[in-house]
Amino acid sequence: MDPQQGQGKPHLPPPSLWPIGFAIGIVCILVGLIVSWPAVAVGAAIAIIFGFLWVRDATSEYRRHPDVVPVPAGTAESFTEGATAPPADTGEAGMPGPEPGERFPRNVFLEGATLGLGAVIAGIVTVPIVGFSIAPVFQHKRHDEIDLGPISNFKEGQFVVTTFLRDPSEGEISRRTAYIRNNGFVGNKPSFTVLSNRCAHLGCPTQPNGPIFDKQKIEQPTKAGPVQLIPALPAGGFGCPCHGGQYDQEGNRTAGPPVRALDRYEFYIRNGRLALGKTYSVSHVNGAGAAARIYKYRETGPGQHVDGPEQWFYPLQPPT
Amino acid sequence: MPRKRNRTEQMAAVAQYPLDWVEERSGLIGGLRYFLFRKVPGDSSWWHTLGSATLTAFLVQLGTGVILAMYYKPDPKSAYESVQHINNDVTLGWLVRGMHRWGASVFIILIFFHMARVFLFGAYKYPRELNWIVGVLILPLALLEGFSGYLLPYDQTAYWATVVGININGTAPFLGPYLASFLRSGSEIGGDTLARFYSIHMLLLPGAILGLIGLHLYLVVRLGVSSPPWSSEAAGRERSEPPPVPGEGLVNPSPRAAAKRPD
Repeated sequence: MDPQQGQGKPHLPPPSLWPIGFAIGIVCILVGLIVSWPAVAVGAAIAIIFGFLWVRDATSEYRRHPDVVPVPAGTAESFTEGATAPPADTGEAGMPGPEPGERFPRNVFLEGATLGLGAVIAGIVTVPIVGFSIAPVFQHKRHDEIDLGPISNFKEGQFVVTTFLRDPSEGEISRRTAYIRNNGFVGNKPSFTVLSNRCAHLGCPTQPNGPIFDKQKIEQPTKAGPVQLIPALPAGGFGCPCHGGQYDQEGNRTAGPPVRALDRYEFYIRNGRLALGKTYSVSHVNGAGAAARIYKYRETGPGQHVDGPEQWFYPLQPPT
Repeated sequence: MPRKRNRTEQMAAVAQYPLDWVEERSGLIGGLRYFLFRKVPGDSSWWHTLGSATLTAFLVQLGTGVILAMYYKPDPKSAYESVQHINNDVTLGWLVRGMHRWGASVFIILIFFHMARVFLFGAYKYPRELNWIVGVLILPLALLEGFSGYLLPYDQTAYWATVVGININGTAPFLGPYLASFLRSGSEIGGDTLARFYSIHMLLLPGAILGLIGLHLYLVVRLGVSSPPWSSEAAGRERSEPPPVPGEGLVNPSPRAAAKRPD
């Protein structure tokens, strides 16, 4: 320990006003992130200038030549209150101390060996544990196609709120809902609009803005358990109860906090039955129904931009 | 009369014996007495008890949490039923769960009161800055306890609140999507998510908080309690009373080792 410490003199940098300017700069950056990019640049400039001045101020004491304060003799007495301390020339204290600057090579070797061996053992133990706790999370997971039953269940031009198990082995927790509309035929191929009901803001379940015809509910049995089909008339599109995000019938955002359109499922026709595949994210859709032009992106978490400059915040995506 | 006094002394000696036994071999009794009977400023007030209150709230969480873990089943198929079972069937289960549930809010509120007291009294200043920093580390861990514990009842509120909470984490720039995947234990919330949150809630975070509370208390004892800002006593003033006489009672145990040392 520095002998100058512990003399009852607080060791503090002098008070400084620079942090206030630094804080203002940080606030400018944060406000600018929401409001406008130039404000971020201004805020960053303020923060850098004041941060530099602050650091310069706070370290001025260390950059000066150190004042040498001689330790007054007799301070050692202040540590022995009363007469309890043993005499300073008995026991361990009486042994001759090592010469200043002297080290013992064997000591150094044992110290290094203990620390090094400990580090090796710790590493060997830690690597599999960390791998075990983190790696499985980022492994690609295969989903089977989801069978939703015959196409004839889906009347042309009508939305059907379809509820199914995405992964039957996971059970009820993998229950998902999609809004499915039969768009009729394009050439000789059937066309469907399959919207995920998960809000693109933070993943809450959206609801159709319009009547849901519960009495016309169909329980379609499939190999992965029953699929529920409930016709609906979402005349006002879809809305999220959590934070008020609104979407039109193509899943385009019309109001509220969502950053993109509703996600969609890939779909296939297998022997006259509708099957769903992977989910993908959509920035926006031009046109409607079978003529829709879908701007498709890789599946991304809710709340993340897939287009515009904001997508640069999410350069790497974990495998899904 | 003298006979009765002897009896009292005998009893005291018998009661004292195991304590002395432990003290001689570990110094723990002296340490405990040092901790409990250490000097504090004469004008410290009820405001200074907020830290102990927060500690008490945490210990209540610890105790009730251990008991709840004996009945709770961290499995998506039975989590909700097991909480209902605790609430409705287990004797006094409603009370223990209620203590844990409401105590969680009490813990967080007391942390903020304690923090406000330290801030407004200026008690974070030299030489206690490090203790403020340790407290600032405890705060987010306590909030994470709240976040991870919220999922465990596994009702609709818990599920969707966690969906939203994880997705908020996911929107953080650059590493957000990875953080969300880590919390979710995959790309979708599933059975592993609940077990993961349970483990974080009852093992990882409480361990970390306990360690930091230990450090927090060590620094409190080492640096002493600060006087309130209106204190008339000058800080850092020399103690006016004489130093304690060694060998009197357990607070200052006689230095046996020194006495037995052959000179």
